[in-house]
Amino acid sequence: MPWYKRWQNVWRPEALNHELDQELAFHIAETVDTLVASGMTQRDALREAHRRLGNYCLQKERTRDMDISTWLETLRADIQYGARQLRLNPGFAVIAILSLALGIGANTAMFQLINAIRLTSLPVKDPGSLALVVFGENSARAGWWSTRSAEFTSSQVDVLRKEQQAFDEIGVWSAARFDLTTGGEPRYAEGLFVSGDFFQTLGVNAAMGRTLTPADDRESCEVGAVVSDSFWNRELGADRNVLSRQITLNGQTFPVIGVTPPSFFGVEVGTRYDVAIPLCADRLLADDKLGRAPVQAAWWISVLGRLKPGWTVEKASAHIESISPAIMQATLPTSYKTDLAERYLKNRLIVRDGSTGVSGLRRQYENPLLILIGTTGLVLLIACANLANLLLARATAREQEIAVRMAIGSSRFRIIRQLLTESLLLAVGGAVLGAGLALVLSRGLLIFISTSNNPVFVGLGMDWSVLGFTALLAVITCLSFGLLPALRATHMSPVAAIRSEGRGASASREKFGLRRALVATQVAVSVVLLVGALLFVRSLNNLLTTDPGFQSEGVLSVSVNFSRASFPEERRIDLYRDFQDRLAAVPGVTSVAQVGFTPVSGSGWDNAVGPDNTPAAGSGKDSWFNRAAPGYFKTMGTRLLAGREFTERDVRGAPKVAIVNEKFAQKMFDGQNPVGRTFRLEAPAGQPEQTFEIVGLIANTKYRQLREDFYAIGFFPVAQDENPGAGANYVLRISGSPGKVMEQAKATMLQVSPSLAISFLPFSQQLEESLLRERLIASLSGGFGLLAGLLATMGLYGVIVYMVERRRSEFGIRMALGANRGQVMKLVLKEALILLGIGLPVGIGLSLWTGRAASALLFGIEAHDVATLAGACLLLAVVALLAGYIPAMKAASLDPASTLRAD
Amino acid sequence: MPKSQNDKLQGTLTLLILRTLESRGALHGYGLCHHIHLVSQDLLQVEEGSVYPALHRMEQDGWISAEWQITDKGRRAKFYTITALGKRQLEQERENWARLTQGVERVLRYS
Repeated sequence: MPWYKRWQNVWRPEALNHELDQELAFHIAETVDTLVASGMTQRDALREAHRRLGNYCLQKERTRDMDISTWLETLRADIQYGARQLRLNPGFAVIAILSLALGIGANTAMFQLINAIRLTSLPVKDPGSLALVVFGENSARAGWWSTRSAEFTSSQVDVLRKEQQAFDEIGVWSAARFDLTTGGEPRYAEGLFVSGDFFQTLGVNAAMGRTLTPADDRESCEVGAVVSDSFWNRELGADRNVLSRQITLNGQTFPVIGVTPPSFFGVEVGTRYDVAIPLCADRLLADDKLGRAPVQAAWWISVLGRLKPGWTVEKASAHIESISPAIMQATLPTSYKTDLAERYLKNRLIVRDGSTGVSGLRRQYENPLLILIGTTGLVLLIACANLANLLLARATAREQEIAVRMAIGSSRFRIIRQLLTESLLLAVGGAVLGAGLALVLSRGLLIFISTSNNPVFVGLGMDWSVLGFTALLAVITCLSFGLLPALRATHMSPVAAIRSEGRGASASREKFGLRRALVATQVAVSVVLLVGALLFVRSLNNLLTTDPGFQSEGVLSVSVNFSRASFPEERRIDLYRDFQDRLAAVPGVTSVAQVGFTPVSGSGWDNAVGPDNTPAAGSGKDSWFNRAAPGYFKTMGTRLLAGREFTERDVRGAPKVAIVNEKFAQKMFDGQNPVGRTFRLEAPAGQPEQTFEIVGLIANTKYRQLREDFYAIGFFPVAQDENPGAGANYVLRISGSPGKVMEQAKATMLQVSPSLAISFLPFSQQLEESLLRERLIASLSGGFGLLAGLLATMGLYGVIVYMVERRRSEFGIRMALGANRGQVMKLVLKEALILLGIGLPVGIGLSLWTGRAASALLFGIEAHDVATLAGACLLLAVVALLAGYIPAMKAASLDPASTLRAD
Repeated sequence: MPKSQNDKLQGTLTLLILRTLESRGALHGYGLCHHIHLVSQDLLQVEEGSVYPALHRMEQDGWISAEWQITDKGRRAKFYTITALGKRQLEQERENWARLTQGVERVLRYS
């Protein structure tokens, strides 16, 4: 009989029984027949037949055990019994399953995200042999950084391709964003410039048409576009004849030559590419029709290689490092001056594992997610401790039952197994519900960190690792809350248990100690979580209330791109001016000014500075820069401390001027009033350094992000820009609804040219989006902290109620002997105080120890902030004492006479 | 010589059952016991009840297969037959038995 029959028999016990009976009955009937034939009476024959067979029940059971998968049958029985036990106490079951679902769900959601952005391999052929080539740490690189995750200049990659021996194939890409419209408000597609061998290196084939090949990335550059499956669905209506269609990217049309399979999202985790075009197309889309490839210091591309068979990442890294000097030597930008050039030549390239691609999202969210999964893990731990406590209480109530079962011969192991099955039922229920919760939660989190400007795409599937993680959690939680109570319940000798009639006089002390330890642990862990929550919330609050040096409310930023309208460079300064005048005339706009780039947008530009006509090169002092038009500081609400704003007279040909902030004055002029003084700005090699006169001093403002300490910043007039670009940014201070202003601003701008791309973003929204990560951590850790505190309080309450119940008769005697209500209350509250007294100090110690992990994510507050620690402890102490107060009141209102009579 | 309690010798029952089924074809439990009694001239007294767990275990192991049939007397009975796997097992058990008796014999003779 094969194993599945034995499994099957578990579900048909009646039929099996019947068969066995039949078989044995036949045996007896035959024996009787023989015996009767030899002259025995029917009655004696029957008795003799049974004697010969032996113990009928035993033989039948032994036979039956052969036909059945006994462990499975026991499991089935245990599950049935466990389910019945849980049904008897539905309140307990519901609380247990819900709290586990919450804990397991939160953990699984975090794991899903970590798995997706950190652990999952790229959906390409053999991701294990992919490797990234990057610069080693502290590399000296300066120049034009035009895209995220860029590592190389074009010339470096050309040399690398020639010199390297580690890779079979090398794929190169550069992230970009393409405007799909022909004018008006832009609609962006996530774009990739890729080398001709990019798709080949990854081993990605087209689902329709073809991918790009080296023949597409040539000097002649007759290019087509490969689109992603999601883009094909979204923008091209899943058109089967898509290969005959064209798409418009930044005003240029490209024929669609292929669609990639649905699983392929690019090489950047967190972003899904929409359109890929060859690297050479950068030239076609560039303002100057030259693009970034010929520019020596244009950092814009990244490199991924397919390791040759037998090459490891380490071996490749050593090889690439050894050829780095030659690559640097061959590609030294001529604009680099001596010290930068020297440092550049020392740059080293290294190779890293490329199986999981690259990810800005990973860099940004890796540590927060690890902290958050730690948090959710602790919440689950507290929930488990609560359940263990409840189960301990139940075990006490079932002491009698268990004692009887052990007395009639059940083994301890068997009972533990049965009790654990009950716990497993709870854990599995929690895990199933939790997995569902995780799906909702992880998607919600992604939506939370996704913005219209920076959409986050992460493939969140319930894959095997996630399911495995959830199952593992279920088992761990089951053991952690079920094992201890089960061991305890079966610990006592049956005689003692029966004799004590469920009152557990002898063992209660020990059992109670265990419950106290559990509650003290809960208190300690919730201190850690509350401290963490308070730290993150206060840190976010600090960021929100920090003075950025400008007033963001009521400011609308407008960005105009006119590269498609091809205005010649000499007309651009006038065009800027024209736009500004048009925006100023829009009703509801109180002031307007152009700016190089809005603050806190992530853009930046720094350079060496020589104060007071000293050489800038080698001065060791540098500052960050921006450009502004007259009225910019007034519009932004930045205080002008000395001197003047830029005026209409600060144009090309007029003396070169600058406005600096306090930090600049402090750094360059030891805090003296800089107005009227000058500084020199480092220039590319071979060009003279220019001198600027400082005409104004402004208050410090944030530059790149709100978390930063104030930078030294210098502003130059927009009108003195020698290389005006094909785009302009404006800040508008508006009164009234931004919607109306946007509508009219767009209309008036499009009169200049219908091909303009114009986009709007309320400045306060930009600031908020820059704090998404902080907001996420603060709200999640805050929520989990409160949950932890609540669970710990429930645990404490439960244990004190239990204690009061146990000591009823003691309290009765005390009161009969003259103790008053106050004294009894004190006895009970003392219990709460003892638990707090153990839990809080341990919790503080743990907080200090774990706080270091969080300190990098904090702003304006130390991880060991005393007020925060004290606050968390106080909060917990107050709630815990309140939880102790209710049972204390109950104990104090006992009637001694009836208590004693009840015994 | 007292009657041997066969189940005291581990595995002997398996050997007896397999051998009997090999020589006699399909048999039910009662017939099996009866046959062993007859052939061993009552020297081997199989505890009848213990035949059934053994039969069912061997069926699990695939050494024998079972089928419900109607006997000559018109009773329903479960008939067991040896399988190819069971025949191989029988060879194995026989060898074991031979080795055991040989060993015991040598000890009795030479020590």
